[in-house]
Amino acid sequence: MSIIVPNLVEIRDLHFAYGPRSILSGLRMDFPRGKVVAVMGGSGSGKTTVLRLIGGQLRPVSGSVSVDGQIVHKLNSRELYQMRRTMGMLFQHGALFTDLTAFDNVAFPLRENTDLPEELIRDLVLMKLHAVGLRNAARLKPAEISGGMGRRVALARAIALDPQLIMYDEPFAGLDPISMGVTANLIRNLNDALGSTSILVTHDVHECFAIADYVYFLSAGKIVAGGTPDEMLASTHPYVKQFVNAEADGPVPFHYPGKSLADDLGLGVAR
Amino acid sequence: MILDLLASIGIWLRHSVANLGFAVRAFLKILSASGSLLRRPRLVTEQLHFIGNRSLLIITVSGLFVGMVLGLQGYYTLNKYGSEQALGLLVALSLTRELGPVVTALLFAGRAGTSLTAEIGLMKAGEQLSAMEMMGVNPIHRVLAPRFWAGVIAMPILAAIFTAVGIIGGYLVGVQLIGVDEGAFWSQMQNGVDIWKDIANGVFKSVVFGIAVMFIALFQGYQAQPTPEDVAGATTRTVVISSLMIWWLDFMMTALMFSK
Repeated sequence: MSIIVPNLVEIRDLHFAYGPRSILSGLRMDFPRGKVVAVMGGSGSGKTTVLRLIGGQLRPVSGSVSVDGQIVHKLNSRELYQMRRTMGMLFQHGALFTDLTAFDNVAFPLRENTDLPEELIRDLVLMKLHAVGLRNAARLKPAEISGGMGRRVALARAIALDPQLIMYDEPFAGLDPISMGVTANLIRNLNDALGSTSILVTHDVHECFAIADYVYFLSAGKIVAGGTPDEMLASTHPYVKQFVNAEADGPVPFHYPGKSLADDLGLGVAR
Repeated sequence: MILDLLASIGIWLRHSVANLGFAVRAFLKILSASGSLLRRPRLVTEQLHFIGNRSLLIITVSGLFVGMVLGLQGYYTLNKYGSEQALGLLVALSLTRELGPVVTALLFAGRAGTSLTAEIGLMKAGEQLSAMEMMGVNPIHRVLAPRFWAGVIAMPILAAIFTAVGIIGGYLVGVQLIGVDEGAFWSQMQNGVDIWKDIANGVFKSVVFGIAVMFIALFQGYQAQPTPEDVAGATTRTVVISSLMIWWLDFMMTALMFSK
């Protein structure tokens, strides 16, 4: 990676498995400060697992993840929660608290993690909601707003504590094109305005390439390619080509591996 | 064949021990998280309001009918021996020692327990607990511990309400409907009910049931897989395990408390 700014997150020789099933193997990734780095790959390639390892919700089998110089899996519970207060995460479906209004959802991390007076929390929450265009929806509950709006409220909540690292898990999934464009611009603009580092896990090529500084391609738990969006568009790597051009068949087969159709229909070699 | 059987027993034993260890660890975590609630008692009082309110109506109505049935059945039985004057004592002892704590706990498990299991399970399925963790907020401190203590506090209060309403039910049927002497009804009760042996033991039982029901409900919800089937299964398990645990604990405590 040809970026010379220091890394906020470094992943070294990372292996992770659920029991005997290997999910990630030998991962090495850098996430430089102030940049938007995308992690792309098909479903089940281990993208979300990378985020959960960075957030300390999973422990690696071997290797390390360091955030701001701290090895995540070596932190004790108190230190881990302390570190998470410097992170924000946008979950795939928002994960808003359904019994709270948009305002209270955004206020939640401020009320829980700071001793700020309620008047100041109110102003901060309204500013965060204003940043995502939903100041006037502050009193609505998650059930009363659309999926795209919910995602933006969750984004406002993720940046409530001005985190140095923001992680996005499939932020564009299930959004209409307008909401997708709005969300993509918000991710870029908020990253630049807050001076944060953003990790974007997605498989939406168009939006991702428009805002990312660097892109990693992950397949079957391994990094198969990495570079700037322009480099990836010009890449001749078969996996990147298949993914970027949305080709049905290629290194990622269309059919789930197993017996052939002829075998299943009993049309194989005659006995 | 025998090897398969032994292997199955071994797997079952290993899972049982692992689950028990996991449950004990979770229980200790909830207890260790309880200190932080002293700084934020509002978290407990809010839950106390929800949990208590959710169960109040069913507890009150059930208490009234249980007391009325006790008054009726007690009168029929005592009348055979000419001892209907002792009806108040019979109703009061039955309710304070056994029916109050036990029936309240069973109703509490069915009403508040299942609701808590489903709530926690759905919070998990909706990644709300994960989101909380990622905000640097420990869900055991913020979600489980306040609900646990709210339930433990609510149980003896609800059992007291159940018992009091039950006695009123017994009075309505025995005195007002059948015509047992009112003075005898209350004075026999006053003389025969011991504040420590009967009332305090009943309160102690209800606190123990509260601890058991709340822990089972919260643990089942927290342990549920984030799928509709498992959240539904966890809700059922809460009722089944809580009910069996209540009966077992009741027998053990009764044997210890009232043995000569």
